[in-house]
Order: sequence, then C-alpha cells, then structure tokens
Amino acid sequence: MPDTVLLEIARYSPEQDMEPTFESYRVPCPKEWVVLDALNHIKDKVDGTLTYRWSCRMGICGSCGMMVNGEPKLACATFLSSYAKNGNKVRVEPLRYFPVMRDLVTELGGFLDKLASVKPWLIRHDDSPTSGEFLQTPEQLENFRQYSMCINCTLCYSACPVVGLDPEFVGPAAIALAQRYNKDSRDQGAEERMAILAHPEGIWGCTFVGECTQACPKHVDPAGAIQQYKLSAALDWLKSFIMPRRRGEGIHDDNIGNQGRTA
Amino acid sequence: MTISATKEGLHSSTPAYTEFHPRWYRPRVSVYWWLGQWRYLKFILREISSVFVAIFVVVTLFQLRGLLGGPEAYYRFQAWLRTPGAIAINLISFLFVLFHAVTWFNLTPHAMTVRVGGNRVPDFMVAAPNYLAWLVVSAAVAWLVWR
Repeated sequence: MPDTVLLEIARYSPEQDMEPTFESYRVPCPKEWVVLDALNHIKDKVDGTLTYRWSCRMGICGSCGMMVNGEPKLACATFLSSYAKNGNKVRVEPLRYFPVMRDLVTELGGFLDKLASVKPWLIRHDDSPTSGEFLQTPEQLENFRQYSMCINCTLCYSACPVVGLDPEFVGPAAIALAQRYNKDSRDQGAEERMAILAHPEGIWGCTFVGECTQACPKHVDPAGAIQQYKLSAALDWLKSFIMPRRRGEGIHDDNIGNQGRTA
Repeated sequence: MTISATKEGLHSSTPAYTEFHPRWYRPRVSVYWWLGQWRYLKFILREISSVFVAIFVVVTLFQLRGLLGGPEAYYRFQAWLRTPGAIAINLISFLFVLFHAVTWFNLTPHAMTVRVGGNRVPDFMVAAPNYLAWLVVSAAVAWLVWR
C-alpha cells in the first residue's frame, strides 16, 4: 500500500472566486485513516483555511457528507486506503446539487425546508399527543424503525439526478421521513402528508433511479419508501374513484387507530 | 434583511442582493449528467428500454393485423420480418426488453416489503417469483412454438 495519497480538494471562497478550483495536497495514508482524518491533517498541519463540516467522526451526526471521487460519501466512513490503488489520487468535492457556501460546505436551508414541509411529527386527531402514553408492540416499531434511522446527511440528495434537474423535488430523505411517521401506529397524519406529497414535486417526481438507497450510509432505503408511498397514493386514488364517499378517510387503515393506547 | 433563497428549492437564485450575504456557488447540471457513471447510464438505458418494449408491441399488433388480413397479408408481413432491417429492429428490441425485465425485476424488493411471521423476507426471495413466472411463461411460449 502506498505511504501517501494525493488529495484534490475543491476550494471556493465566495469573496474571491467565481467558481471552485482544485487544490492538491499530499497526505499520509495509514490504513486506519478515513478521508476526514486526511482533511483534519490538512487543516491542522498544512492549510488552516480549508473549510468543511464534521462532528462525531463515527457516522452518527451526518455532517461530513461530500463527494469522494464522484460518489456521495460520509468522509468519516470512507477509508483512504480503499482509494489508494486508484492512481493514489482522491478527489474531494462538496455534495452535488447543493449551493456551495465555501470549500466543502453546502447550504442546507432548502433541504431543511423540504424536511419540515412533510410534517415530520406525530399528528393526532382523536386527542392531544400529551394526553397519555401510547404503547407500541415490537412489530409496530419494526414497521417504521428503518425509516427513523436517517441522519440527514443529504447523501441521497446528491445521488438523485431528479434533485439536480428539478430543484423543487421534495427529495428522498424528506419522503422517507414522511413515511416514517405514516407507518407509526401512533400517527394519524398520513392523509395530510399525502395531500402534500401526492404531487409532481413529491412522490411522482421520483423516477426510481434507486441511487438514493445505494448512497444511504444508514440503510434507510428511501427509494423503497417512495415506491411504497406511490402504491399507497395509487390505491388511495382508486378507492376514492370507486367509492367517492370514502374520500377523506384514512389511507393507512392499519396505522390509524388507538391500538396500544393506554390512557 | 434576511437570508432568503431557500423556499424555492436548492437551486433557487437569491431574489435580491442581500448585504453581507456570501455568494453561493450554484453549479449547473450538465445535459450529459448521465454519461460517465455506469449507474446513471444504466438508469437512462432502463428508461429508454420502454421505447423498445413499445416497438415490440407495435410489431406484434401489425402481425395480428396481417393475420386478420388473410393468408396473403400475413405472408407479406412474414416476408418483411425476414428483411435485415426487421431482424435488426427485433434483435435490438429483444436485448432492451431483456434489460427492461431484469432491471425492473431487481427493483421489486425495494418497491414492496414482504413480511412473513413478522420477519422481512430477504430481497432475493421477493425478486425470485418474478424470474420464476418469467421462466414458466417463456417455457409455455417455447412449447407453443416448437411442439
């Protein structure tokens, strides 16, 4: 294994540059180093102006997402050594399809607005969420647990060409988050979310490229969530078409109700 | 003044110049974004394959029309099928139809979660019935053709 690796890092200074340029740094390549270790090494020892986000360095916080050799990756979970054979060159860029604020830092305001737009909280119609305790069986938890693993790292947005081509598209993580609440036995807001997401900029914007699922470091499977959401939307439409009187009733019959309610 | 450029999506342009607000770099998405990486090229090929599936259907419809038009019309159609152009169209269509079937079958585990006794059925078990059905139908067609 080579001792060093050449890191090509996209640099952008909003005060000086019109567009990003690449700067090369030769860094050591111990086998236990991830891309984030190399960035920290550069910032500490070589160039203190290099700007990037990071926090937990263990795949929990979702801060250090960036493009590594053209693929959306968490810098803390991407080993340098796995790229060492590739001509000893690793290209690091900010996450694709997001506005760049500086160097490797992207602007997340649009993403956060999209997340909030799907009402990612427990919605209750029968009573106040604070009126008592809601019990859940392990099976009911298993129904949505996978979708609750999202760390908002936005890798799925950078993997999705629809996000790039249609900036209004709500996007994989936000739809998976909506599904996380739809599938929660305590939630009664599936219909409200459907009204927001059964839309060309919502679930119907997805063309099932499937790369969001490949990019996800937490195995959330946003592509799966969206396709299942499409099925629910289609069934909902069919039901309202066949039985117009049913319009306005819940779409996830199995999720709505008071199963497990104790108070 | 507030920083406002987020409501309209990731790429919305800042509506007005905002003092002290840094200039964001917004790269344009190339028309050729799908070239260069096999995963995206594969997606585009999968989408284009639907055109060839449609061509296959149209050829079959013309064949049926020939059949309804009597023996002479049918033989004329069969003669057309033997021309190099028709063989090329059929061959390309066939390859795309294969690609279409395989890529979509492989995506079925994402589109549906199957649970048996509370446990999630592994992905290949969800995709397998599709391939099995494909095999059975193909065998039935082969039997019809060669019996």
